[in-house]
Amino acid sequence: MNRNAAYRVAAALISGTIFGLGLSISGMLNPARVRGFLDITRDWDPTLAFVLAGAVIVSAAGMALVRRMPRPLLDDRFHLPETRGIDRRLIIGSAIFGVGWGMVGLCPGPALASLSLGVPATVLFVAAMFAGMAAHDRLQGARLWQRV
Amino acid sequence: MMATYASGLLGGMLIGLSAVILVVSNGRVAGVSGIAGRLLQGVQTATGTAFVLGLILGPVLYRLVLGEWPAVVLAASWPIVVAGGLLVGYGSRMGSGCTSGHGVVGLARLSRRSMAAVGTFMATAIATVYLMGFFQ
Repeated sequence: MNRNAAYRVAAALISGTIFGLGLSISGMLNPARVRGFLDITRDWDPTLAFVLAGAVIVSAAGMALVRRMPRPLLDDRFHLPETRGIDRRLIIGSAIFGVGWGMVGLCPGPALASLSLGVPATVLFVAAMFAGMAAHDRLQGARLWQRV
Repeated sequence: MMATYASGLLGGMLIGLSAVILVVSNGRVAGVSGIAGRLLQGVQTATGTAFVLGLILGPVLYRLVLGEWPAVVLAASWPIVVAGGLLVGYGSRMGSGCTSGHGVVGLARLSRRSMAAVGTFMATAIATVYLMGFFQ
């Protein structure tokens, strides 16, 4: 199991690296491009739809594979969120997230990945994002919410 | 223009591959807000740190292969950047995910919660960009 723990860290590193590379190739590291997609009434840039489509198609193939696996390769069981109902927290939280995403054009993945470029504004964004997460957990009693 | 869409599709497929690797090997969802949030709470720090380190290494790898950094143009003023960051952090925690967890993994799992989340944040993001357009 200890060896598996080390392999899990390696798998996370590989997964994160491919994610960061994919963001770079897709152009979605660039907040201006993301906002171009969201700007549907002016000069619309549909690229993000292609990015999301490519990601979901490959991801869905992986999920089909997962359904046939009794357990993941490096752990005893899957840690996937169990389906629950659509509640107020989900909708209000997503609505708040969308406003911040639209304001700047950055979401957590591209924000963290772009730290490598050292652009001061993105570093500031990441600091504010972590502060927002910490504020939420403080107000919610640091409960570990299930991720989807 | 077609090349832009093609690189979007290719990059997207790599993002999908990244999610597949994480779920097949570790059994975990590649949701960046979840991973970052747990890191902040001191939970699953080894794999979380490795994933975030990888995210940061991705553009470096791009630079090594293609000889230039990917473009990052952030025109927003600093108060907007700070406000946006706070809302993204708070909202992604409250809504249990962001574009990666709900968008890439949740939609692929046909999760109704994720479909509702993606529809909601797309709508508020589009409305925000639309309204901000009148002040620029």
